Amino acid sequence: MAIKDLTTSQARRPFQRRRKTCPFSGENAPKIDYKDVRLLSRYVSERGKIVPSRITAVSALKQRELARAIKRARFIGIMPYALS
Amino acid sequence: MALYEHIFLARQDVSAQQVEELTNALTEVLAAGGGKVTKNEYWGLKSLSYRIKKNRKAHYSLLNIDAPSAAVAEMERQMRINEDILRFMTVRVDELEEGPSAMMQKRDRDDRDGERGGRPDRGGADRFGGGERRPRRF
Repeated sequence: MAIKDLTTSQARRPFQRRRKTCPFSGENAPKIDYKDVRLLSRYVSERGKIVPSRITAVSALKQRELARAIKRARFIGIMPYALS
Repeated sequence: MALYEHIFLARQDVSAQQVEELTNALTEVLAAGGGKVTKNEYWGLKSLSYRIKKNRKAHYSLLNIDAPSAAVAEMERQMRINEDILRFMTVRVDELEEGPSAMMQKRDRDDRDGERGGRPDRGGADRFGGGERRPRRF
């Protein structure tokens, strides 16, 4: 009990973060489409890399779908493979 | 018959009219193989994110196809021969989308770019690309 108290409420209070939920799950979530550059570009870094799901909170299933969409968009030249 | 989305990029010094002729030619190839094109979208001359066969720009076209795989294979074979076509991609889909694709809808939304929805990369996630791995954050 005491340990739980320490980790959850007291020690981490100033840095507590709200648990984010997957942006592609739930109702009226956007559909992952390789043609939608605006949507996909939110999930790549400034260098053009795909951002890991631990940062974006995308679920594992949707992350795979997202990665596939980004790779397709790269192939047809609407997204960059790398940005300098 | 299977449903496909097909995108192809044509060389930039080809005119829009020639791209249309090319699209018609491809449609005929599909028709000869027993398929049909349900939607034909021309995205225009767009700049590429990187150079493809020394080109910085390309004409984009999207075709929604309902055809047997043999017809699509034949169309792809002819596209490989054609030098005006830089690249093409055929994706098999479970259902073809109606109405304009995300690329066409984007135009009118582009003006108001103020709203920023969920920024995923907070301040250079790239720096962690090396050896060190950050612990999972909750």
